[in-house]
Amino acid sequence: MVKLILRKNEYEVRPGMTLLDALKKNNILPEGVIATRNGELIEEDEILKEGDIIKLVAAISGG
Amino acid sequence: MKCRICGEKASVNMREHKLALCKEHYLEWVPAQAERSIKKYGLFTHNEKILVAVSGGKDSLSLWDILQRLDYHAEGLYICLGIDEGISYSTESQRLAEKFASEHNLKLNVVDIQKEYGATLPQITRETHRGRIKPCSVCGLVKRHVLNRVARDLAFDVLATGHNLDDEAAVLFGNTLSWSGEYMLRQGPMLPGSSGLARKVKPLCRLYEREMLAYALLRGIEYIYEECPYSRGSTSIYYKELLNRLENDRPGAKLSFYLSFLEARKTGLFTEREKIQAELHPCFRCGQPTSAPGLCSFCRLMERINPLPVHEGKI
Repeated sequence: MVKLILRKNEYEVRPGMTLLDALKKNNILPEGVIATRNGELIEEDEILKEGDIIKLVAAISGG
Repeated sequence: MKCRICGEKASVNMREHKLALCKEHYLEWVPAQAERSIKKYGLFTHNEKILVAVSGGKDSLSLWDILQRLDYHAEGLYICLGIDEGISYSTESQRLAEKFASEHNLKLNVVDIQKEYGATLPQITRETHRGRIKPCSVCGLVKRHVLNRVARDLAFDVLATGHNLDDEAAVLFGNTLSWSGEYMLRQGPMLPGSSGLARKVKPLCRLYEREMLAYALLRGIEYIYEECPYSRGSTSIYYKELLNRLENDRPGAKLSFYLSFLEARKTGLFTEREKIQAELHPCFRCGQPTSAPGLCSFCRLMERINPLPVHEGKI
């Protein structure tokens, strides 16, 4: 499985789908996050692989 | 997805510009966009002394980074608001601002509002009616007052903030919902200075919040990721989320909304500023300009916290 982490929330998706599909599946707006894998930025056409841990960094900040 | 310039794997795709770039070219593109705004809106020149409002967040630290990369003379100002609320928010954001300044050999000025005015922001919010119902409004008032005072006392030519396109679009959206014409007339990349009020500029106003996040991450800028505890559930965040839904369906919508507004104002859609500009008077206590004779909003607020004369310290 592939794990997506956004702040304190975790989501799991099946490998083989694109990042964009994984975000849509979990109702996460691509506009609101940047995705990183092993510290590298990845874009929405990236195919997610088994065991990937994708850290989603929220763009919106307040304060 | 490939970088449009070199064909290498892209790190950032900007649907709003139909442009994908690799790390190297993205880190050149962002300062070039900021420089474009600086020149287009006549924000400042290389001969002027700039005070950057540094919060420890991604936008203000990135702005400071960009200005020093573009060879502008920019010092930082961090305002310690004393917001800790169990997560050491102010302590950590100050540490990150100081770390950035030290690593880049930049000068950071620090004002601690508890030391200078006798109360932290949480104390002010608890002890005033306005603070209890609108903490972000009180925080904005305190920051504007201190920023202007320091810009004036240390003879800076201009005060720069890290407001990005999403910040500007959210404010514009709120003002449009209430048709707050006076606020809309004051909104823009530059608010000219006047007697006692520093010129305020927003060099990142055309850059999306997501673009600034990508810049901070790719530059390795360590910033405060935690949200301010007072901003949770705020109207501005709600508006940003609404606008992101629009942007998701119509890439470029936020930029178009903001730029069309600037163009409409320029071509005379709104009342000329001179017609509604209020006469300013010096505040009896701090001397900063205020629209009504007597105490300014900041001093009226602090009067409720600390009835003694406010100490306007030098940093």
